[in-house]
Amino acid sequence: MQSFFVIAILVLGFVVMFQIAKASEYVGILRGEEKSRKQSNRVNAFLLLVFLILGLIGVYYCNEQLKDKILGPSASDHGILVDRMLYITLALTGVVFFATQIALFWFSFKYQESDKRKAFYYPHNNKLELIWTVIPAITLTILVGFGIFYWFKITGDAPKNAMVVEVTGKQFGWEFRYPGNDGVLGKKYYKNIDAAKNNPVGQIWDDEANKDDIFVEQEMHVVVNKPVKLVIGAKDVIHDVGLAHFRMKMDAVPGTPTTMWFTPLYTTKQMQDKYGKDFAYEISCDQMCGKGHWSMRGVIVVDTQEEFDAWIAGKKPQYYVAFPDKDPSAPKADSLAKPAPVVASLTTDK
Amino acid sequence: MSEAMHTTSAVSAAHGEHHDEHHGHHKETFITKYIFSQDHKTIAKQFLITGIVWAFIGGLFSVLFRLQLGYPDTKFPILETLFGHWAAGGQITPEFYYALVTMHGTVLVFFVLTAGLSGTFANLLIPLQIGARDMASPFLNMLSYWFFFGASIVMLSSLFIQTGPAAGGWTIYPPLSALGEASIGSKAGMDMWLIGMALFIVSSLLGGLNYISTILNMRTKGMSMTRLPLPIWAMFFTAVLGVLSFPVLLSGAILLLFDRNLGTSFFLSDIVVNGQVLPNEGGSAILFQHLFWFLGHPEVYIILLPAMGMVSEILSVNSRKPIFGYMAMLGSMFAICILAFLVWAHHMFVTGLNPFLGSVFVLLTLLIAVPSAIKVFNWLTTLWRGNIRFTPAALFSIGFVSLFISGGLTGIFLGNSTIDIHLHDTMFVVAHFHIVMGVASFFGMFAGVYHWYPKMFGRYLNNTLGYIHFWVTMIGAYLIFWPMHYEGLAGMPRRYLDKRGWVSFSQFGDLDKMITVVTVIVFAVQLLFIFNFFYSIFKGRKVTTQNPWGANTLEWTTPIRPGHGNWAGEIPEVHRWPYDYAKDGRDFIPQTEPVGANESAH
Ligand code: HEM
Ligand SMILES: [Cu+2]
Ligand SMILES: [Cu+2]
Repeated sequence: MQSFFVIAILVLGFVVMFQIAKASEYVGILRGEEKSRKQSNRVNAFLLLVFLILGLIGVYYCNEQLKDKILGPSASDHGILVDRMLYITLALTGVVFFATQIALFWFSFKYQESDKRKAFYYPHNNKLELIWTVIPAITLTILVGFGIFYWFKITGDAPKNAMVVEVTGKQFGWEFRYPGNDGVLGKKYYKNIDAAKNNPVGQIWDDEANKDDIFVEQEMHVVVNKPVKLVIGAKDVIHDVGLAHFRMKMDAVPGTPTTMWFTPLYTTKQMQDKYGKDFAYEISCDQMCGKGHWSMRGVIVVDTQEEFDAWIAGKKPQYYVAFPDKDPSAPKADSLAKPAPVVASLTTDK
Repeated sequence: MSEAMHTTSAVSAAHGEHHDEHHGHHKETFITKYIFSQDHKTIAKQFLITGIVWAFIGGLFSVLFRLQLGYPDTKFPILETLFGHWAAGGQITPEFYYALVTMHGTVLVFFVLTAGLSGTFANLLIPLQIGARDMASPFLNMLSYWFFFGASIVMLSSLFIQTGPAAGGWTIYPPLSALGEASIGSKAGMDMWLIGMALFIVSSLLGGLNYISTILNMRTKGMSMTRLPLPIWAMFFTAVLGVLSFPVLLSGAILLLFDRNLGTSFFLSDIVVNGQVLPNEGGSAILFQHLFWFLGHPEVYIILLPAMGMVSEILSVNSRKPIFGYMAMLGSMFAICILAFLVWAHHMFVTGLNPFLGSVFVLLTLLIAVPSAIKVFNWLTTLWRGNIRFTPAALFSIGFVSLFISGGLTGIFLGNSTIDIHLHDTMFVVAHFHIVMGVASFFGMFAGVYHWYPKMFGRYLNNTLGYIHFWVTMIGAYLIFWPMHYEGLAGMPRRYLDKRGWVSFSQFGDLDKMITVVTVIVFAVQLLFIFNFFYSIFKGRKVTTQNPWGANTLEWTTPIRPGHGNWAGEIPEVHRWPYDYAKDGRDFIPQTEPVGANESAH
């Protein structure tokens, strides 16, 4: 019903506009084409000026309305650099924006056709052209300078003490692997991936480093003020680890691991105190990855060291999930029940 | 389509009297004259009208997916009536949403703003403005249109197959686009997309080679390269860009077809999709992105340069003043043309690209802002102390400059890899490229249509409708895309059809509603333009003078409705550059007028 209503209004508006347009064409011819042309010229020149003024007010109003809806201050050290670069650029381009837009509409209004004025024959001026080649060039060099400086800081090597987490994207969710006590992520091979055998990322069980690796889904914990390095991959198609609050982003590409690192500055609890209890550091998939792309959400929880230690202590290495009878903490009661299959799967999983 | 053909026939039939003047032409039948025509003006109209049809389709798609974005919780039963299970329950399904977005991008970037824009105006203006009777090879030119038509048929048919059209985004990154198991849009629709694009590329190459050779070889006496009107230079650079970069996309498309159908692994490696382990190893998904963006970035200038050229011409004519800095305009177009090939990886800063390589691309990308800035300053100075006539074409040109400034400046944010880490693949990018490429080029195209319509059809478009069209579109464009930057600054990813499940991105619901409402209005006004276009072909005010805008260029020395061959007698000789407006106290001095004895040099 409503849609018909909208369509009816549109059609009506259409007809009315067309009639006005036709009528004004006839009126123009009756009154003399030149005269009506000059009148519409004045109207349009005036409208250009109005557009400029309302536009500037609009820019201000829009900013007032929306500036509190963009994310608050960055929650990572790298993000601070990103934000700083953003505001430097905003300041410089802002000046250019206002200067050129005002000139554009003001000139249009001021130099509208008038019988009193003759256009000024002004085909070129080398000095002027040189000036406005050099000034943008210098400005841009400054921006490139800052940009590359920050860029190398952000993409440089992670500090030695950084904690490592492996992130794997898949349609449509996130998986994480922690290296465990040895601090080393065990080797993996994609053909080993088999959810039914409790091997979601394809760990090679022969690799000793894999025996203590911990696997979790959807929610990843990191420690506040401690650098974290993400080793990123994907199983099926390209995804992207988008961390808006940390201002970080990196593609997850099947077959080609990528990395990024940063240091979280505030715990989730601190942020919840500030922004309300719904607050969460979300991981958004930023690369089109299929029908569930828009809902591919993960969460990062930033803990204090103690909270983190408590959390990770409650996790069991994936090796023991895959082979419960190897688990020293599990009751050994039925250890006789199925030793054979375990050995079999170990050899085929190679 | 066929109605439009008749239109052309009605118009030109009135001018049958020119027929006997045609050069070396035999009796023409309806088919050779209006369908398989080799007349560049008819081919231009064919491109334009096909482009309009595509623009309608592409625009309609955006209205549909904006409904979802603005009103994610509302049901529109009419959608289910029209689209069946794709909009089950009156709500657009994710598969449908992604198909719409993908086809919207593909159609508008390639079929409208590449073929519809270059195809129309390169064909129309090159022979008319350089003083040639037709293209270097009218036959290849005709083939160029018909390959485009074939591409259109393939692409259009993909909308109607059971699994739907391609749905992986217009950038069709593999593995998503390579694996039917990963997405319904990567089944047959994707093959059709690739085949359609291959045909499209053939069309674009045939056209481009023709434009280049025509401009280089067929200029009339006295038309040196530096006396060419700027639209011609723009079309020249556009054609060069296309000829050098489209083949790279073609190679990417063919390799992707192999990966899809022949079991090769150019782009595939280490994949487990839906629990099924694929055998492919050793390919690189990123390789495709390099191939894609090696075309993709030049492509944005393929779209923009013709608009820049036409805007330069129209601003000069309507401010009754020479274009300021003709040589600087040329130089900056040349610089853009070169740099356009050296910046593609700025679309790939966060793909794991080597950071050092990234920094080189930052430098080259921001360099391209220099020639862009020069052009803006030159346009502003062209307006300065002019005597400006606000025809609809002039208004659209002014709008173009405004949009180009706004969108160009946000490019400086994105070209800086540090900021791009945060903004990449967010709504900020969407706002950037719609303003600078989408809307700005559309404005250039509208300006061209309003300005050269009298040459195409011997009638004027209705002015009042033109003004309504301009003002609503201009205001609408800013209302739609300006606030969208804020969504991007908040990190909201692009291609998200429903944000209500997110804590970080769900605060823009009202904004999205506003944008959707404005979109519907702007779309309606484009329908008004389309109506004006077709109505005026038959009923528009007739052009009564040969040179209605008082312009210097050669197309206005042809008869009001030129026949095939353009000039009735000899092709005029050219004696000066095209921008002698307001010189020595004269309003304008056509290019055909010899330089007077005591005329001041420019
Ligand atoms: C001042 C000059 C410009 C600079 C520095 C610039 C920079 C960029 C950068 C770095 C991106 C990638 C953003 C991302 O995906 O994270 C981008 C995207 C884009 N730009 Fe520009 N740009 C400029 C001008 C233009 C122009 C003139 C056009 C069109 C005529 C254009 C069209 C596009 C398009 C279509 C995209 C999006 C592609 C996609 O991912 O779908 N840009 N621009
Ligand atoms: Cu994803
Ligand atoms: Cu680009």
